[in-house]
Amino acid sequence: MRGRVLAVDRSVTPAVAIIRGERADVRLPARDAWRPGDLVDGGEVVRAGGEGDFPSPRTETARLPRTRLSNLHARAKAVAALRAFFVERDFVEVETPLLVPSPGLEIHLDAVSAGGGYLITSPEYQMKRLLAAGFERIYQVCRCFRGNERGPHHAGEFTMVEWYRAFDELEAIIRDTEQLVAHVVDAVSGSSTAHIHGRAVDVTPPWPRMTVRDAMRTWAKIDVQGDEPAGALRDAVRAAGIDVDDAAAWDDVFFAGFLARVEPAIAALDRPLVLEDWPAPLAALARRRADDPHTALRFEAYVGGLELANAFDELTDPVEQRARFEEDLRLRRERGRGIYPIDEKLLAALAEGLPPCAGIALGFDRLVMLATGAERIDDVLAFTADEL
Amino acid sequence: MYDTSDIRKGLKVLMDGNPYTIIEFQFVKPGKGAAFTRTKFKNLLTGAVVERNIRSGEKLEPANVETKDMQFLYKEGGDLVFMDQTNYEQVTIATDLIGDAHDLMKDNLPCTVVFFNERPVDVTLPTFVFLEVTASEPGVRGDTSGNVQKPATVETGAEVMVPLFIRVGDTIKIDTRTHEYVERVNK
Repeated sequence: MRGRVLAVDRSVTPAVAIIRGERADVRLPARDAWRPGDLVDGGEVVRAGGEGDFPSPRTETARLPRTRLSNLHARAKAVAALRAFFVERDFVEVETPLLVPSPGLEIHLDAVSAGGGYLITSPEYQMKRLLAAGFERIYQVCRCFRGNERGPHHAGEFTMVEWYRAFDELEAIIRDTEQLVAHVVDAVSGSSTAHIHGRAVDVTPPWPRMTVRDAMRTWAKIDVQGDEPAGALRDAVRAAGIDVDDAAAWDDVFFAGFLARVEPAIAALDRPLVLEDWPAPLAALARRRADDPHTALRFEAYVGGLELANAFDELTDPVEQRARFEEDLRLRRERGRGIYPIDEKLLAALAEGLPPCAGIALGFDRLVMLATGAERIDDVLAFTADEL
Repeated sequence: MYDTSDIRKGLKVLMDGNPYTIIEFQFVKPGKGAAFTRTKFKNLLTGAVVERNIRSGEKLEPANVETKDMQFLYKEGGDLVFMDQTNYEQVTIATDLIGDAHDLMKDNLPCTVVFFNERPVDVTLPTFVFLEVTASEPGVRGDTSGNVQKPATVETGAEVMVPLFIRVGDTIKIDTRTHEYVERVNK
Protein backbone atom coordinates (compact mmCIF):
# COMPACT_ATOMS: atom_id res chain seq x y z
CA MET A 1 0.00 0.00 0.00
CA ARG A 2 1.28 3.43 -0.81
CA GLY A 3 -0.13 6.91 -0.87
CA ARG A 4 -0.65 9.98 1.26
CA VAL A 5 -1.47 9.82 4.96
CA LEU A 6 -4.82 11.60 5.31
CA ALA A 7 -5.19 11.23 9.07
CA VAL A 8 -3.69 9.39 12.02
CA ASP A 9 -5.67 8.43 15.12
CA ARG A 10 -3.32 7.74 18.04
CA SER A 11 -6.11 7.68 20.65
CA VAL A 12 -6.65 4.01 19.86
CA THR A 13 -4.23 1.11 20.22
CA PRO A 14 -2.79 0.22 17.83
CA ALA A 15 -2.90 3.67 16.18
CA VAL A 16 -4.79 3.83 12.89
CA ALA A 17 -3.95 5.79 9.74
CA ILE A 18 -6.07 6.50 6.70
CA ILE A 19 -4.02 6.35 3.51
CA ARG A 20 -5.19 7.79 0.23
CA GLY A 21 -4.22 5.31 -2.45
CA GLU A 22 -4.91 5.82 -6.11
CA ARG A 23 -8.18 3.91 -6.06
CA ALA A 24 -9.32 3.90 -2.45
CA ASP A 25 -8.79 5.38 0.99
CA VAL A 26 -7.60 2.56 3.25
CA ARG A 27 -7.34 2.23 7.03
CA LEU A 28 -4.04 0.75 8.20
CA PRO A 29 -2.14 0.37 11.49
CA ALA A 30 -0.12 3.61 11.74
CA ARG A 31 3.65 3.67 12.13
CA ASP A 32 5.06 6.04 14.76
CA ALA A 33 6.79 8.19 12.15
CA TRP A 34 3.66 8.82 10.05
CA ARG A 35 2.18 12.32 10.06
CA PRO A 36 -0.82 13.54 8.07
CA GLY A 37 0.39 14.79 4.69
CA ASP A 38 3.32 12.34 4.44
CA LEU A 39 3.69 10.15 1.39
CA VAL A 40 4.34 6.58 2.47
CA ASP A 41 5.33 3.52 0.49
CA GLY A 42 5.67 0.08 2.01
CA GLY A 43 5.58 1.54 5.53
CA GLU A 44 8.36 4.08 4.96
CA VAL A 45 7.87 7.81 4.65
CA VAL A 46 9.20 8.61 1.18
CA ARG A 47 8.30 12.28 1.22
CA ALA A 48 7.39 14.21 4.39
CA GLY A 49 4.33 16.48 4.27
CA GLY A 50 4.60 20.25 4.61
CA GLU A 51 4.22 22.40 7.70
CA GLY A 52 0.89 23.24 9.27
CA ASP A 53 -2.44 21.50 9.52
CA PHE A 54 -3.21 18.91 6.89
CA PRO A 55 -5.09 18.98 4.62
CA SER A 56 -5.33 22.74 4.29
CA PRO A 57 -7.92 23.89 1.74
CA ARG A 58 -5.13 24.73 -0.71
CA THR A 59 -3.84 21.19 -1.03
CA GLU A 60 -4.62 18.96 -4.00
CA THR A 61 -5.77 16.37 -1.48
CA ALA A 62 -8.51 18.72 -0.27
CA ARG A 63 -9.36 19.94 -3.75
CA LEU A 64 -10.10 16.45 -5.00
CA PRO A 65 -11.94 14.48 -2.34
CA ARG A 66 -12.28 10.74 -2.77
CA THR A 67 -15.71 10.96 -4.44
CA ARG A 68 -14.30 13.22 -7.14
CA LEU A 69 -11.26 10.96 -7.63
CA SER A 70 -13.62 8.02 -8.06
CA ASN A 71 -15.68 10.00 -10.57
CA LEU A 72 -12.52 10.68 -12.58
CA HIS A 73 -11.71 6.96 -12.65
CA ALA A 74 -15.29 6.41 -13.85
CA ARG A 75 -14.82 9.12 -16.47
CA ALA A 76 -11.78 7.31 -17.88
CA LYS A 77 -13.80 4.10 -18.09
CA ALA A 78 -16.64 5.97 -19.77
CA VAL A 79 -14.47 7.44 -22.51
CA ALA A 80 -12.86 4.05 -23.19
CA ALA A 81 -16.31 2.43 -23.40
CA LEU A 82 -17.51 5.20 -25.69
CA ARG A 83 -14.62 4.74 -28.12
CA ALA A 84 -15.15 0.98 -28.15
CA PHE A 85 -18.84 1.57 -28.92
CA PHE A 86 -18.09 3.69 -31.99
CA VAL A 87 -15.25 1.49 -33.23
CA GLU A 88 -17.55 -1.51 -33.12
CA ARG A 89 -20.06 0.37 -35.28
CA ASP A 90 -17.48 1.34 -37.91
CA PHE A 91 -17.28 5.00 -37.00
CA VAL A 92 -14.03 6.82 -37.73
CA GLU A 93 -12.69 9.01 -34.95
CA VAL A 94 -11.72 12.45 -36.25
CA GLU A 95 -9.99 15.45 -34.71
CA THR A 96 -10.89 18.92 -35.94
CA PRO A 97 -9.33 22.20 -34.77
CA LEU A 98 -10.44 23.87 -31.54
CA LEU A 99 -9.23 27.26 -32.77
CA VAL A 100 -11.26 28.49 -35.76
CA PRO A 101 -11.96 31.77 -37.58
CA SER A 102 -15.77 31.31 -37.52
CA PRO A 103 -17.39 29.84 -34.43
CA GLY A 104 -21.07 28.93 -34.29
CA LEU A 105 -23.48 31.78 -34.93
CA GLU A 106 -26.26 30.39 -32.76
CA ILE A 107 -27.81 33.44 -31.15
CA HIS A 108 -27.68 32.22 -27.56
CA LEU A 109 -24.02 31.20 -27.53
CA ASP A 110 -20.97 33.35 -26.81
CA ALA A 111 -17.70 32.18 -28.32
CA VAL A 112 -14.41 32.69 -26.47
CA SER A 113 -11.83 34.55 -28.56
CA ALA A 114 -8.26 33.30 -28.72
CA GLY A 115 -5.24 33.84 -30.92
CA GLY A 116 -6.99 36.07 -33.46
CA GLY A 117 -9.86 33.60 -33.85
CA TYR A 118 -12.30 31.79 -31.60
CA LEU A 119 -12.48 28.54 -29.71
CA ILE A 120 -15.19 26.25 -31.05
CA THR A 121 -18.59 26.12 -29.39
CA SER A 122 -19.06 22.80 -31.20
CA PRO A 123 -17.04 20.98 -33.91
CA GLU A 124 -20.06 20.91 -36.22
CA TYR A 125 -18.87 23.03 -39.17
CA GLN A 126 -15.59 21.18 -39.68
CA MET A 127 -17.19 17.76 -39.20
CA LYS A 128 -19.74 18.58 -41.90
CA ARG A 129 -16.90 19.51 -44.25
CA LEU A 130 -15.49 16.04 -43.63
CA LEU A 131 -18.85 14.55 -44.61
CA ALA A 132 -18.71 16.55 -47.85
CA ALA A 133 -15.21 15.11 -48.40
CA GLY A 134 -16.57 11.57 -48.30
CA PHE A 135 -16.62 10.31 -44.70
CA GLU A 136 -19.85 8.51 -43.83
CA ARG A 137 -19.69 7.76 -40.13
CA ILE A 138 -17.51 10.03 -38.01
CA TYR A 139 -17.33 10.80 -34.33
CA GLN A 140 -15.28 13.11 -32.19
CA VAL A 141 -14.68 13.61 -28.48
CA CYS A 142 -13.40 17.13 -27.93
CA ARG A 143 -13.39 20.19 -25.75
CA CYS A 144 -15.83 22.98 -26.56
CA PHE A 145 -15.88 26.45 -25.09
CA ARG A 146 -18.81 28.71 -24.31
CA GLY A 147 -18.51 32.11 -22.70
CA ASN A 148 -20.59 33.06 -19.65
CA GLU A 149 -21.86 29.57 -18.97
CA ARG A 150 -21.34 28.36 -15.45
CA GLY A 151 -23.74 26.36 -13.30
CA PRO A 152 -24.40 22.95 -11.79
CA HIS A 153 -24.82 21.51 -15.30
CA HIS A 154 -22.62 23.96 -17.23
CA ALA A 155 -18.89 24.55 -17.44
CA GLY A 156 -17.39 27.12 -19.80
CA GLU A 157 -14.99 24.45 -21.08
CA PHE A 158 -16.59 21.04 -21.42
CA THR A 159 -16.36 17.83 -23.42
CA MET A 160 -18.63 17.16 -26.34
CA VAL A 161 -19.22 13.90 -28.14
CA GLU A 162 -20.41 14.60 -31.63
CA TRP A 163 -21.21 12.06 -34.32
CA TYR A 164 -22.67 12.04 -37.81
CA ARG A 165 -24.16 9.46 -40.15
CA ALA A 166 -24.24 10.30 -43.84
CA PHE A 167 -26.99 8.73 -45.97
CA ASP A 168 -28.95 8.07 -42.80
CA GLU A 169 -31.77 9.61 -40.77
CA LEU A 170 -32.55 10.68 -37.22
CA GLU A 171 -33.97 7.27 -36.41
CA ALA A 172 -30.46 5.78 -36.58
CA ILE A 173 -29.12 8.55 -34.35
CA ILE A 174 -31.84 7.90 -31.75
CA ARG A 175 -30.83 4.24 -31.67
CA ASP A 176 -27.13 5.16 -31.38
CA THR A 177 -27.91 7.50 -28.49
CA GLU A 178 -29.99 5.02 -26.51
CA GLN A 179 -27.44 2.27 -26.96
CA LEU A 180 -24.43 4.47 -26.28
CA VAL A 181 -25.85 5.79 -23.02
CA ALA A 182 -26.88 2.30 -21.87
CA HIS A 183 -23.44 0.97 -22.84
CA VAL A 184 -21.50 3.69 -20.98
CA VAL A 185 -23.71 3.55 -17.88
CA ASP A 186 -23.21 -0.22 -17.80
CA ALA A 187 -19.44 0.06 -18.28
CA VAL A 188 -19.16 2.50 -15.37
CA SER A 189 -21.75 1.20 -12.93
CA GLY A 190 -22.43 -2.37 -14.05
CA SER A 191 -26.14 -1.56 -14.19
CA SER A 192 -28.79 -0.11 -16.49
CA THR A 193 -29.64 2.64 -14.03
CA ALA A 194 -28.50 6.23 -14.25
CA HIS A 195 -28.68 8.48 -11.19
CA ILE A 196 -29.31 12.18 -11.07
CA HIS A 197 -30.32 14.41 -8.15
CA GLY A 198 -31.22 11.39 -6.06
CA ARG A 199 -33.45 9.84 -8.71
CA ALA A 200 -32.91 6.57 -10.58
CA VAL A 201 -33.56 6.41 -14.31
CA ASP A 202 -33.68 3.11 -16.22
CA VAL A 203 -31.77 3.78 -19.45
CA THR A 204 -32.48 0.43 -21.15
CA PRO A 205 -33.30 0.99 -24.86
CA PRO A 206 -35.63 1.73 -26.53
CA TRP A 207 -36.52 5.04 -24.89
CA PRO A 208 -39.97 6.58 -24.76
CA ARG A 209 -40.56 9.33 -27.32
CA MET A 210 -42.79 12.35 -27.42
CA THR A 211 -43.19 15.29 -29.76
CA VAL A 212 -42.55 18.77 -28.42
CA ARG A 213 -46.15 19.75 -29.25
CA ASP A 214 -47.53 16.83 -27.23
CA ALA A 215 -45.20 17.59 -24.34
CA MET A 216 -46.29 21.25 -24.27
CA ARG A 217 -49.95 20.28 -24.56
CA THR A 218 -49.76 17.55 -21.90
CA TRP A 219 -47.65 19.24 -19.27
CA ALA A 220 -48.04 22.97 -19.91
CA LYS A 221 -51.55 23.02 -21.45
CA ILE A 222 -50.12 25.16 -24.23
CA ASP A 223 -50.80 24.61 -27.92
CA VAL A 224 -47.74 25.38 -30.01
CA GLN A 225 -48.20 25.67 -33.77
CA GLY A 226 -44.73 26.79 -34.81
CA ASP A 227 -46.00 29.46 -37.22
CA GLU A 228 -47.92 31.72 -34.82
CA PRO A 229 -46.57 35.19 -34.01
CA ALA A 230 -44.77 35.64 -30.68
CA GLY A 231 -47.79 37.60 -29.36
CA ALA A 232 -50.19 34.68 -29.87
CA LEU A 233 -47.85 32.22 -28.18
CA ARG A 234 -47.37 34.70 -25.34
CA ASP A 235 -51.13 34.81 -24.76
CA ALA A 236 -51.25 31.02 -24.65
CA VAL A 237 -48.32 30.89 -22.19
CA ARG A 238 -49.92 33.53 -19.96
CA ALA A 239 -53.24 31.71 -20.10
CA ALA A 240 -51.38 28.74 -18.62
CA GLY A 241 -50.44 30.95 -15.66
CA ILE A 242 -46.80 31.60 -16.61
CA ASP A 243 -45.27 35.05 -16.40
CA VAL A 244 -43.60 36.34 -19.57
CA ASP A 245 -42.32 39.74 -20.73
CA ASP A 246 -44.22 41.76 -23.35
CA ALA A 247 -41.04 42.17 -25.37
CA ALA A 248 -40.00 38.50 -25.32
CA ALA A 249 -39.16 36.90 -28.66
CA TRP A 250 -40.87 33.71 -29.87
CA ASP A 251 -38.17 31.38 -28.57
CA ASP A 252 -38.02 33.12 -25.17
CA VAL A 253 -41.80 32.80 -24.81
CA PHE A 254 -41.60 29.13 -25.75
CA PHE A 255 -38.84 28.43 -23.21
CA ALA A 256 -40.72 30.29 -20.46
CA GLY A 257 -43.49 27.72 -20.82
CA PHE A 258 -41.14 24.82 -21.47
CA LEU A 259 -38.90 25.46 -18.45
CA ALA A 260 -41.80 26.15 -16.09
CA ARG A 261 -43.84 23.04 -16.87
CA VAL A 262 -42.26 20.60 -19.29
CA GLU A 263 -38.73 20.33 -17.93
CA PRO A 264 -39.86 19.64 -14.33
CA ALA A 265 -42.26 16.98 -15.66
CA ILE A 266 -39.47 15.33 -17.67
CA ALA A 267 -37.23 15.46 -14.60
CA ALA A 268 -39.76 13.41 -12.65
CA LEU A 269 -39.78 10.54 -15.17
CA ASP A 270 -38.02 7.30 -14.29
CA ARG A 271 -37.18 6.75 -17.98
CA PRO A 272 -35.26 8.90 -20.45
CA LEU A 273 -37.26 10.84 -23.00
CA VAL A 274 -36.60 11.54 -26.66
CA LEU A 275 -38.30 14.84 -27.36
CA GLU A 276 -38.75 15.12 -31.12
CA ASP A 277 -40.33 17.30 -33.81
CA TRP A 278 -39.34 20.77 -32.64
CA PRO A 279 -41.30 23.82 -33.82
CA ALA A 280 -39.67 25.43 -36.86
CA PRO A 281 -38.52 28.61 -35.04
CA LEU A 282 -36.27 26.30 -32.96
CA ALA A 283 -34.92 24.42 -35.97
CA ALA A 284 -31.35 25.78 -35.58
CA LEU A 285 -29.42 23.73 -38.17
CA ALA A 286 -32.12 21.13 -38.70
CA ARG A 287 -34.05 20.40 -41.87
CA ARG A 288 -37.78 21.09 -41.85
CA ARG A 289 -40.18 18.21 -42.40
CA ALA A 290 -41.20 17.86 -46.03
CA ASP A 291 -44.78 17.08 -44.96
CA ASP A 292 -44.95 19.85 -42.32
CA PRO A 293 -42.76 22.96 -42.77
CA HIS A 294 -43.67 24.20 -39.24
CA THR A 295 -41.78 21.28 -37.75
CA ALA A 296 -38.04 20.70 -37.70
CA LEU A 297 -36.36 17.28 -37.80
CA ARG A 298 -34.64 17.69 -34.49
CA PHE A 299 -34.66 15.76 -31.22
CA GLU A 300 -33.30 16.22 -27.75
CA ALA A 301 -32.54 13.37 -25.37
CA TYR A 302 -33.35 13.96 -21.71
CA VAL A 303 -32.31 11.67 -18.88
CA GLY A 304 -33.70 12.47 -15.43
CA GLY A 305 -34.40 16.02 -16.58
CA LEU A 306 -30.82 16.51 -17.70
CA GLU A 307 -30.63 17.72 -21.28
CA LEU A 308 -28.08 15.25 -22.59
CA ALA A 309 -27.99 15.57 -26.37
CA ASN A 310 -29.36 17.48 -29.33
CA ALA A 311 -29.67 16.05 -32.83
CA PHE A 312 -30.59 17.31 -36.27
CA ASP A 313 -31.46 15.84 -39.58
CA GLU A 314 -28.90 18.23 -40.98
CA LEU A 315 -29.75 21.13 -43.17
CA THR A 316 -27.83 20.56 -46.44
CA ASP A 317 -29.30 23.34 -48.58
CA PRO A 318 -26.63 26.05 -48.96
CA VAL A 319 -29.17 28.74 -49.82
CA GLU A 320 -31.32 28.16 -46.76
CA GLN A 321 -28.20 27.71 -44.62
CA ARG A 322 -26.90 31.13 -45.69
CA ALA A 323 -30.30 32.69 -45.02
CA ARG A 324 -30.33 31.21 -41.49
CA PHE A 325 -26.78 32.40 -40.82
CA GLU A 326 -27.74 35.90 -41.93
CA GLU A 327 -30.85 35.86 -39.78
CA ASP A 328 -28.74 34.70 -36.81
CA LEU A 329 -26.29 37.53 -37.43
CA ARG A 330 -29.13 40.05 -37.66
CA LEU A 331 -30.50 38.84 -34.30
CA ARG A 332 -27.01 38.88 -32.76
CA ARG A 333 -26.58 42.52 -33.82
CA GLU A 334 -30.05 43.42 -32.57
CA ARG A 335 -29.34 41.86 -29.16
CA GLY A 336 -25.86 43.30 -28.85
CA ARG A 337 -24.06 39.97 -28.96
CA GLY A 338 -20.67 39.27 -30.52
CA ILE A 339 -20.58 39.25 -34.32
CA TYR A 340 -18.61 36.44 -35.95
CA PRO A 341 -17.80 35.89 -39.62
CA ILE A 342 -19.96 33.46 -41.59
CA ASP A 343 -18.07 30.23 -42.31
CA GLU A 344 -17.89 30.47 -46.10
CA LYS A 345 -15.97 27.20 -46.36
CA LEU A 346 -18.88 25.38 -44.75
CA LEU A 347 -21.30 27.01 -47.20
CA ALA A 348 -18.99 26.03 -50.07
CA ALA A 349 -19.01 22.43 -48.80
CA LEU A 350 -22.81 22.50 -48.73
CA ALA A 351 -22.81 23.85 -52.29
CA GLU A 352 -20.40 21.12 -53.36
CA GLY A 353 -22.94 18.69 -51.96
CA LEU A 354 -23.33 17.43 -48.42
CA PRO A 355 -24.91 13.97 -48.44
CA PRO A 356 -28.21 13.68 -46.57
CA CYS A 357 -27.07 13.16 -43.00
CA ALA A 358 -28.03 13.27 -39.36
CA GLY A 359 -25.84 14.22 -36.46
CA ILE A 360 -25.86 14.78 -32.73
CA ALA A 361 -23.93 16.54 -29.99
CA LEU A 362 -23.93 14.91 -26.57
CA GLY A 363 -22.57 16.42 -23.36
CA PHE A 364 -19.99 13.90 -22.20
CA ASP A 365 -19.59 15.45 -18.73
CA ARG A 366 -23.32 15.09 -18.19
CA LEU A 367 -23.19 11.47 -19.33
CA VAL A 368 -20.51 10.86 -16.68
CA MET A 369 -22.71 12.61 -14.11
CA LEU A 370 -25.55 10.21 -14.95
CA ALA A 371 -23.28 7.17 -14.81
CA THR A 372 -21.72 8.14 -11.47
CA GLY A 373 -24.65 9.91 -9.81
CA ALA A 374 -22.58 13.09 -9.44
CA GLU A 375 -24.74 16.11 -8.60
CA ARG A 376 -22.68 18.82 -10.24
CA ILE A 377 -20.61 18.98 -13.39
CA ASP A 378 -17.67 20.13 -11.22
CA ASP A 379 -17.66 16.71 -9.56
CA VAL A 380 -16.74 14.95 -12.82
CA LEU A 381 -14.02 17.41 -13.88
CA ALA A 382 -10.35 17.15 -12.91
CA PHE A 383 -10.20 20.95 -12.78
CA THR A 384 -12.86 23.62 -12.83
CA ALA A 385 -12.09 27.09 -14.19
CA ASP A 386 -11.99 28.42 -10.60
CA GLU A 387 -9.33 25.90 -9.64
CA LEU A 388 -6.67 27.12 -12.05
CA MET B 1 -23.75 48.13 -12.30
CA TYR B 2 -23.60 44.40 -11.87
CA ASP B 3 -24.27 41.87 -14.62
CA THR B 4 -25.16 38.19 -14.36
CA SER B 5 -21.56 37.14 -13.97
CA ASP B 6 -21.39 39.15 -10.70
CA ILE B 7 -24.31 37.28 -9.16
CA ARG B 8 -23.37 35.51 -5.95
CA LYS B 9 -24.88 34.85 -2.57
CA GLY B 10 -24.92 37.95 -0.41
CA LEU B 11 -24.68 40.45 -3.30
CA LYS B 12 -26.68 43.57 -2.34
CA VAL B 13 -28.75 45.14 -5.11
CA LEU B 14 -31.38 47.84 -5.46
CA MET B 15 -34.68 46.97 -7.16
CA ASP B 16 -37.65 49.35 -7.23
CA GLY B 17 -35.91 51.47 -4.61
CA ASN B 18 -35.57 48.61 -2.13
CA PRO B 19 -32.37 46.92 -1.04
CA TYR B 20 -32.19 43.17 -1.62
CA THR B 21 -29.62 40.54 -0.87
CA ILE B 22 -29.22 37.53 -3.15
CA ILE B 23 -29.88 34.33 -1.22
CA GLU B 24 -29.94 31.72 -4.00
CA PHE B 25 -29.18 31.56 -7.70
CA GLN B 26 -28.94 29.02 -10.47
CA PHE B 27 -27.65 29.32 -14.01
CA VAL B 28 -30.21 28.02 -16.50
CA LYS B 29 -29.70 27.54 -20.21
CA PRO B 30 -31.84 25.38 -22.43
CA GLY B 31 -29.78 23.92 -25.29
CA LYS B 32 -30.99 26.32 -27.97
CA GLY B 33 -32.51 28.98 -25.72
CA ALA B 34 -31.38 32.10 -23.93
CA ALA B 35 -29.38 31.79 -20.72
CA PHE B 36 -30.60 33.38 -17.52
CA THR B 37 -29.90 33.20 -13.82
CA ARG B 38 -32.86 32.15 -11.72
CA THR B 39 -32.28 34.32 -8.68
CA LYS B 40 -33.92 34.62 -5.26
CA PHE B 41 -33.71 38.03 -3.62
CA LYS B 42 -34.52 38.82 0.01
CA ASN B 43 -35.81 42.30 0.73
CA LEU B 44 -33.50 43.64 3.44
CA LEU B 45 -36.28 45.81 4.89
CA THR B 46 -39.21 43.40 4.94
CA GLY B 47 -37.57 39.98 4.67
CA ALA B 48 -39.88 39.15 1.76
CA VAL B 49 -38.34 36.83 -0.84
CA VAL B 50 -38.90 37.30 -4.55
CA GLU B 51 -37.67 35.19 -7.45
CA ARG B 52 -36.63 36.77 -10.74
CA ASN B 53 -34.92 35.50 -13.85
CA ILE B 54 -31.99 37.71 -14.71
CA ARG B 55 -31.07 37.35 -18.35
CA SER B 56 -27.53 37.49 -19.66
CA GLY B 57 -26.83 41.12 -20.51
CA GLU B 58 -29.31 42.47 -17.96
CA LYS B 59 -27.90 44.86 -15.33
CA LEU B 60 -28.47 45.04 -11.59
CA GLU B 61 -28.02 48.22 -9.61
CA PRO B 62 -25.75 47.98 -6.57
CA ALA B 63 -27.44 48.99 -3.31
CA ASN B 64 -25.75 51.45 -0.97
CA VAL B 65 -25.35 48.77 1.62
CA GLU B 66 -22.54 48.46 4.09
CA THR B 67 -21.75 45.52 6.30
CA LYS B 68 -20.09 46.11 9.66
CA ASP B 69 -18.80 43.78 12.34
CA MET B 70 -20.43 44.89 15.57
CA GLN B 71 -20.57 43.66 19.10
CA PHE B 72 -23.86 43.25 20.98
CA LEU B 73 -23.65 45.28 24.23
CA TYR B 74 -26.97 45.10 26.07
CA LYS B 75 -30.76 45.16 25.78
CA GLU B 76 -32.57 48.41 26.43
CA GLY B 77 -36.35 48.10 26.49
CA GLY B 78 -37.37 46.60 23.17
CA ASP B 79 -34.09 47.58 21.57
CA LEU B 80 -30.60 46.17 21.35
CA VAL B 81 -27.49 48.25 21.58
CA PHE B 82 -24.50 47.37 19.41
CA MET B 83 -21.01 48.81 19.17
CA ASP B 84 -18.86 49.21 16.08
CA GLN B 85 -15.62 47.42 16.95
CA THR B 86 -13.51 49.74 14.83
CA ASN B 87 -14.63 53.19 16.07
CA TYR B 88 -16.59 52.35 19.26
CA GLU B 89 -19.72 54.08 17.97
CA GLN B 90 -22.98 52.75 19.35
CA VAL B 91 -26.12 51.93 17.38
CA THR B 92 -29.56 51.05 18.70
CA ILE B 93 -31.46 48.42 16.75
CA ALA B 94 -35.07 47.27 17.21
CA THR B 95 -35.40 43.67 18.40
CA ASP B 96 -37.84 42.95 15.54
CA LEU B 97 -35.02 43.23 13.06
CA ILE B 98 -33.22 40.28 14.57
CA GLY B 99 -36.17 37.93 14.53
CA ASP B 100 -36.46 34.78 16.57
CA ALA B 101 -32.81 34.56 17.47
CA HIS B 102 -32.81 37.68 19.66
CA ASP B 103 -33.29 35.60 22.82
CA LEU B 104 -30.02 33.74 22.10
CA MET B 105 -27.95 36.92 22.28
CA LYS B 106 -25.48 37.15 25.09
CA ASP B 107 -23.49 40.28 25.94
CA ASN B 108 -20.42 40.82 23.73
CA LEU B 109 -21.72 38.53 20.97
CA PRO B 110 -20.02 39.48 17.68
CA CYS B 111 -22.63 40.09 14.96
CA THR B 112 -22.74 41.44 11.42
CA VAL B 113 -24.97 44.47 10.93
CA VAL B 114 -26.11 45.58 7.49
CA PHE B 115 -26.76 49.27 6.88
CA PHE B 116 -28.82 50.61 3.96
CA ASN B 117 -28.32 54.34 3.38
CA GLU B 118 -26.66 54.38 6.83
CA ARG B 119 -29.71 52.86 8.54
CA PRO B 120 -29.36 49.43 10.18
CA VAL B 121 -31.61 46.96 8.33
CA ASP B 122 -30.34 43.50 9.14
CA VAL B 123 -28.37 41.69 11.80
CA THR B 124 -26.68 38.36 11.27
CA LEU B 125 -25.74 36.35 14.32
CA PRO B 126 -22.96 33.78 14.36
CA THR B 127 -24.42 30.45 13.21
CA PHE B 128 -23.71 28.92 16.60
CA VAL B 129 -23.78 30.31 20.13
CA PHE B 130 -22.54 28.63 23.31
CA LEU B 131 -24.84 29.15 26.31
CA GLU B 132 -25.06 27.78 29.82
CA VAL B 133 -28.17 25.91 30.93
CA THR B 134 -29.71 27.66 33.94
CA ALA B 135 -32.83 25.58 34.47
CA SER B 136 -34.02 22.14 33.37
CA GLU B 137 -35.83 19.22 34.97
CA PRO B 138 -33.56 16.21 35.48
CA GLY B 139 -33.95 13.60 32.74
CA VAL B 140 -35.83 10.43 33.44
CA ARG B 141 -33.24 7.87 34.42
CA GLY B 142 -32.91 4.89 32.13
CA ASP B 143 -34.69 6.57 29.27
CA THR B 144 -31.88 6.97 26.78
CA SER B 145 -33.71 6.36 23.54
CA GLY B 146 -32.49 8.64 20.80
CA ASN B 147 -35.01 11.34 20.16
CA VAL B 148 -36.52 12.02 23.56
CA GLN B 149 -35.93 15.63 24.54
CA LYS B 150 -36.89 17.99 27.34
CA PRO B 151 -37.05 21.78 27.60
CA ALA B 152 -34.15 23.72 29.11
CA THR B 153 -33.69 27.41 29.82
CA VAL B 154 -30.34 28.98 28.97
CA GLU B 155 -28.64 32.01 30.47
CA THR B 156 -30.20 34.46 28.01
CA GLY B 157 -33.70 33.29 28.94
CA ALA B 158 -34.36 31.34 25.75
CA GLU B 159 -35.90 27.89 25.97
CA VAL B 160 -34.51 25.13 23.79
CA MET B 161 -35.19 21.40 23.55
CA VAL B 162 -32.23 19.35 24.74
CA PRO B 163 -31.46 15.65 25.23
CA LEU B 164 -32.29 14.14 28.61
CA PHE B 165 -28.67 13.95 29.77
CA ILE B 166 -28.23 17.75 29.80
CA ARG B 167 -28.01 19.22 33.30
CA VAL B 168 -28.04 22.68 34.85
CA GLY B 169 -24.54 24.13 34.48
CA ASP B 170 -23.80 22.41 31.16
CA THR B 171 -22.76 24.61 28.24
CA ILE B 172 -24.55 23.76 25.02
CA LYS B 173 -24.07 24.72 21.39
CA ILE B 174 -27.20 26.13 19.72
CA ASP B 175 -27.87 26.83 16.04
CA THR B 176 -29.17 30.42 15.87
CA ARG B 177 -30.93 29.77 12.56
CA THR B 178 -33.16 27.05 13.95
CA HIS B 179 -33.00 27.46 17.75
CA GLU B 180 -31.92 23.85 17.85
CA TYR B 181 -29.54 22.18 20.28
CA VAL B 182 -26.43 20.90 18.48
CA GLU B 183 -24.22 19.36 21.15
CA ARG B 184 -22.95 19.59 24.70
CA VAL B 185 -19.62 21.34 24.98
CA ASN B 186 -17.00 19.98 27.36
CA LYS B 187 -15.48 22.68 29.47
